[in-house]
Amino acid sequence: MNSYFSSTLFRKTLAALSGLFLVIFLIGHLIGNLQLILLSGEAAQKQFNEYALFMTTNPAVKILSIVTYTSIILHILLTIILVLQSKQARPIGYAVEGGGENSAWASRNMALLGSLLLVFIILHMKSFWYEMHWGAIGNDPSGNKDLYTVTVVAFQNIWYTAFYVFSMIILGFHLSHGIGSGFQTIGLKTRKYLEPIEKTAILFSILIPSAFASIPIILYLQSL
Amino acid sequence: MADLNLTLKIWRQDGPTEPGGFKTYDISDLNTHMSFLEMLDVLNENLVNSGDEPVAFDHDCREGICGMCSMVINGRPHGPLEGTTTCQLHMRHFNDGDTVTIEPWRAKPFPVLKDLIVDRTPFDRIIQAGGFVSVNTGSAPDGNAIPIGKDISDDAFDAAACIGCGACVAACKNASANLFTAAKISQLALLPQGQTERVERVIGMVKQMDEEGFGHCTNTGACEAECPKEISVDYIRKMNWEFHSANVKG
Amino acid sequence: MLESKIPQGPLADKWTHYKSKVPLVSPANKRRLDIIVIGTGLAGASAASSLAEMGYNVKTFCFQDSPRRAHSIAAQGGINAAKNYQNDGDSVYRLFYDTIKGGDYRSRESNVHRLAEVSSSIIDQCVAQGVPFAREYGGTLDNRSFGGVQVSRTFYARGQTGQQLLLGAYSALSRQIAKGGVKMYNRHEMLDIVKIDGKARGVIVRDLMTGKYERHFGHAVVLATGGYGNVFYLSTNAMASNVTAIWKAHKKGAMFGNPCFTQIHPTCIPVSGDYQSKLTLMSESLRNDGRIWVPKKKGDDRQPRDIPEDERDYYLERRYPAFGNLVPRDVASRAAKERCDEGFGVGPTKLAVYLDFKDAIKRLGQDVVSARYGNLFEMYEKITGDNPYSTPMRIYPAVHYTMGGLWVDYNLMTTVPGLYAIGECNFSDHGANRLGASALMQGLADGYFVLPYTIGEYLSNDIRTPAISTDHEAFEKAEKESKNRNDRLLNNNGSRSVESFHRDLGHIMWDNCGMARNIAGLTKAIGEIQSLKKEFWDKVRVPGRDNVLNPELEKAGRVADFIELGELMVRDALDRSESCGGHFREESQTDEGEAKRDDENFTFASAWDYQGEGTDPVRNKEKLEFEAVQLTQRSYK
Repeated sequence: MNSYFSSTLFRKTLAALSGLFLVIFLIGHLIGNLQLILLSGEAAQKQFNEYALFMTTNPAVKILSIVTYTSIILHILLTIILVLQSKQARPIGYAVEGGGENSAWASRNMALLGSLLLVFIILHMKSFWYEMHWGAIGNDPSGNKDLYTVTVVAFQNIWYTAFYVFSMIILGFHLSHGIGSGFQTIGLKTRKYLEPIEKTAILFSILIPSAFASIPIILYLQSL
Repeated sequence: MADLNLTLKIWRQDGPTEPGGFKTYDISDLNTHMSFLEMLDVLNENLVNSGDEPVAFDHDCREGICGMCSMVINGRPHGPLEGTTTCQLHMRHFNDGDTVTIEPWRAKPFPVLKDLIVDRTPFDRIIQAGGFVSVNTGSAPDGNAIPIGKDISDDAFDAAACIGCGACVAACKNASANLFTAAKISQLALLPQGQTERVERVIGMVKQMDEEGFGHCTNTGACEAECPKEISVDYIRKMNWEFHSANVKG
Repeated sequence: MLESKIPQGPLADKWTHYKSKVPLVSPANKRRLDIIVIGTGLAGASAASSLAEMGYNVKTFCFQDSPRRAHSIAAQGGINAAKNYQNDGDSVYRLFYDTIKGGDYRSRESNVHRLAEVSSSIIDQCVAQGVPFAREYGGTLDNRSFGGVQVSRTFYARGQTGQQLLLGAYSALSRQIAKGGVKMYNRHEMLDIVKIDGKARGVIVRDLMTGKYERHFGHAVVLATGGYGNVFYLSTNAMASNVTAIWKAHKKGAMFGNPCFTQIHPTCIPVSGDYQSKLTLMSESLRNDGRIWVPKKKGDDRQPRDIPEDERDYYLERRYPAFGNLVPRDVASRAAKERCDEGFGVGPTKLAVYLDFKDAIKRLGQDVVSARYGNLFEMYEKITGDNPYSTPMRIYPAVHYTMGGLWVDYNLMTTVPGLYAIGECNFSDHGANRLGASALMQGLADGYFVLPYTIGEYLSNDIRTPAISTDHEAFEKAEKESKNRNDRLLNNNGSRSVESFHRDLGHIMWDNCGMARNIAGLTKAIGEIQSLKKEFWDKVRVPGRDNVLNPELEKAGRVADFIELGELMVRDALDRSESCGGHFREESQTDEGEAKRDDENFTFASAWDYQGEGTDPVRNKEKLEFEAVQLTQRSYK
């Protein structure tokens, strides 16, 4: 059993499972975010801030958030271990790299994409999650912490908005390989389901990041 | 049959512990019907005639089945053509004046022995760790005693077509041997003959694969794209599944 | 003096009786006996694994980087077995008879019958190992038919039967390596046999990586080193296939059987230039649907598609209406040569004939043709750049297999006690011509089912022999000789590459000892080879050092042995003034130009005895007795 846990196959499967869980998390997160733009003005403010309160206080959500943090940390740690291990597997590289001819760019650059996403996540959490918990944040008319205004203000900044949109493009590339790869690793991308899984994965990798990116764009445009 | 002139940049290395580097050679008046290895034969004969040591490279059957030939040509294991070994690559796929860079397989478990020759014994050890059915000579039942559906048998064949050349490892950015290992595991897992040792086989072979120091699989698909026998990465998926269920069942 | 040791009794019972009478070696004694196996092809790998399963200590050597690379892997078509799964009346006797007849009555009845008997077990063994043979939809094993027979008895795994069978044997070998029953030495080349008190007791090998000479002791030595077709320089053999191991054994006293019996395969991709390093076989199965032709007009340079039907000569169909394009290999090869020699050849070199699928595509449709031959067409296109669907293939015969090899008795032992030869490197089962899909059968029969029994007869008398130290003077001497020879090659400071000598030898052999042979050419060839040998040792240039990987040095040693073998082949061809099987002596043909056998004077296997450097070898005869079959002239008209 020991060799099981230390095997590359077990580790990459754990990385795949945590990654796939994070995809589900993204869907939930997106639904929440959409409340920023589905309503407008005070209705949106009220709705969004109530949602934010729920998300920070509900015990079930708390458990889920622990799973999410664990997934993020596992995903990062395991991939770092695996990448370091694999770097050792080729101490001398090729003078001419032919990867472009035999594989997709994203598939060869998941570590780079993931690192950029990590930078995004840290900044993103600083802006919102940290503010929500410990920041000097005002209250809305209903007396809830006014995360809505924090968000709207943040996206009045063109650079911040651009950074967000850029990160979503990175996310799209990361997902374009990650989802299919995850299913392959856990052994579910059988020949029968290969096509549906790959198509869904591509659809996801376009739709989710675009939907995420549309929110700051709309907020920014509204601020003009 | 236009004549062809090329500049070759070839990795030269005297021995496993000696440092290596690229050397450049000009070669002219090649016939486009030559195979890539015949082009190297011409270079070598020129080198011998001028008192130099010829370029060492592995090769044997020269018809794409023994798996000996192993070189990375302009960044591609076995060169630019799909489903082709180096020995089956012909010079008509190159243009006059091209510079061709030729490198050995690069992976820590495949150390360079000399020039373009690498040590692939890790593959033998992976097979020794379980890539067989334990049946002594003489103890076999009649060949038709166990019917095997044509689809299963064909599937097993597709996996069994591996020639053990190592292009999958060479192509993989992680120098992973997953495709090689998975092909043998899948072949035997598909067939009824392989069932009795299914659990020990996958656990043993994967363990050996890791111990040899190959990297992990990130599903780039480069191995399948460069495999001269076009073995599918679906067998890697199968191996993953086999491996987990073997470990869970114990 | 040649004792074939054929067991007594009726032909069909010989093997069964033998097996129940052959002395056994007890398990405790097997552990104390060391066996050396040289070569890891079908014969070597199957023998090594089977012997280790039985409990012997086995040491196995191959010169490739892995035992899985042996040239058995390149066999395409299939493996014969008298299973009669197709219910078409096949039997052990019929397989035996077809093989004897196909060999033009120049093989030993008892050996061939034994081969037919064990053929069935080979299939069982391979299936049990997980070899993915082709199957019917109902799940049973599929068969195809092959040239020269009327039943469907060939088992196959797409066009890669040799590969799958070899990987099966390799897996059995790998299992024994893991268990410690076999010690495997990759990248080691055998350079000599060590004889002590007249018996084979070990080998000298060179570690090709370090250049170190090693001594290994064995109570018996088994050679499974394949064929020597590369004596012709161009052949379908792998580049490194060589004669060195059996040639060294020959020089140590093992007689060489029928060295001139060579199989020239009719359907190979023609030579395209001087740079050519090897020839590629196109499966014989193509002749099932392809039609072979040349233009009726000499030197017709039109594109094949522009040559109208009535200006084409379908010469096989014309000469052999009964068998047409499906005549046996030797007949088809000679007919192609005849047309090309007369000036009707096609292509840039004029040494090729067309193999045309136009009619097959018209009759069956491109889909069916593609389903049957698609992978072969692709292979052809990769090599030539031509698409066989739209333009006929060009083919020409090429050296493919050598029926000759070390002479062995019924036990597969050579004339050196304790030295065995199995698979293609012995002379035993195919006579003067091998049938398609029989080489794989013989290699595995010898390795899995024959040698493991017959070696017991010798080893049971050897159980009291303790392991002999490799410090023994015989080891010392053999190692020194091997080393001296390599030193001489390296220090020769000549001016010509090894390759150029090999190419010259190939030309001499192909021109004079190839598809057709005559007294003048053969006599001339002996002189040419002798002067080539002299020039080789005067002028060869081998760069590099002895203590590192040095492929040029390896090649030099092999070519030196090929040159000596070439002379013996020519002598044998000269001596056998009849035509039989693949050996066509122009002096011995019918009025219609067909091969004419001389049973009265040549119903024997030749066994050449080496007499030392500079002395002509002596030819011994093993008279071939036929009880079960009647000798008839082959006719395919």
